[in-house]
Amino acid sequence: MKTFVAPFVALLSGLVLGIGLLLSGMANPAKVIAFLDLAGPWDPSLALVMGGAIAVAFPAFTWAKSRPVAWSGERLQLPTARQIDAPLVLGSLTFGVGWGLAGYCPGPALVSLGMASQPAIVFVVAMGVGMAAHALLTRPKA
Amino acid sequence: MNIAWDTFTPWTSLAGGALIGLAAALLILGSGRIAGISGIVGGLFRPTAGDTGWRIAFVVGLLAAPLVWGLFAALPAVQSDAGTATLVIAGLLVGVGTRFGSGCTSGHGVCGLSRLSPRSLVATLAFMGAGFVTVHVVRHLAGA
Repeated sequence: MKTFVAPFVALLSGLVLGIGLLLSGMANPAKVIAFLDLAGPWDPSLALVMGGAIAVAFPAFTWAKSRPVAWSGERLQLPTARQIDAPLVLGSLTFGVGWGLAGYCPGPALVSLGMASQPAIVFVVAMGVGMAAHALLTRPKA
Repeated sequence: MNIAWDTFTPWTSLAGGALIGLAAALLILGSGRIAGISGIVGGLFRPTAGDTGWRIAFVVGLLAAPLVWGLFAALPAVQSDAGTATLVIAGLLVGVGTRFGSGCTSGHGVCGLSRLSPRSLVATLAFMGAGFVTVHVVRHLAGA
């Protein structure tokens, strides 16, 4: 049961998320950069994307916190890390620089890849290399 | 501050955001997982038995979104003005940064803030701040 439900829920979640990114304008790098450019003609739309997302997700997570298991019967895997450390801050700063340079964060880049957008292909390959490098650098020692 | 009223899309952005929130709600309540894209994709680079199927399914859903959208309506324009070198550097920084930082816009920005996680608040302020500064430097200081 579990093995069937989890991929189905994940597929549907990915699909809804992708459609949300397209509808919101967040899949468009030019719009993302127009949001990040406070000194230019500023497009505040993406603040509403985050607002809309949290308005729906907040009650869901509040409910989830009080539940031992998900509908699929799987354990609820809420993050347990609490410490605010250097990897968190430096990693996030690094991510922000990359986000500002091209206007892609991981979700929109994958949605644009689904549109066979040429720049997204280049970006996603490089992002994959970056993620593989992290996996290599942090691999548990045998 | 000068607002770009002509490109401001409050309703579609709010509605799209609500769908993103719905997707995150579905994944946590339905399957007990955080809808953080960098975490879901990044986990594929260190596969563990029984933990890859759902990740691949999620990515397939994301990739299929434009195809499904295209069945019903014309796809919205996506415009990128970045050159190849910029895209490569940006991709590397986003890949490495989101993995060391344990999340991206979805995992920290949407799920983390919705969980009231102080870690995610710090991460979100850091990547948004870096994004604002980077765009300012590239657009207004570097003469690009």
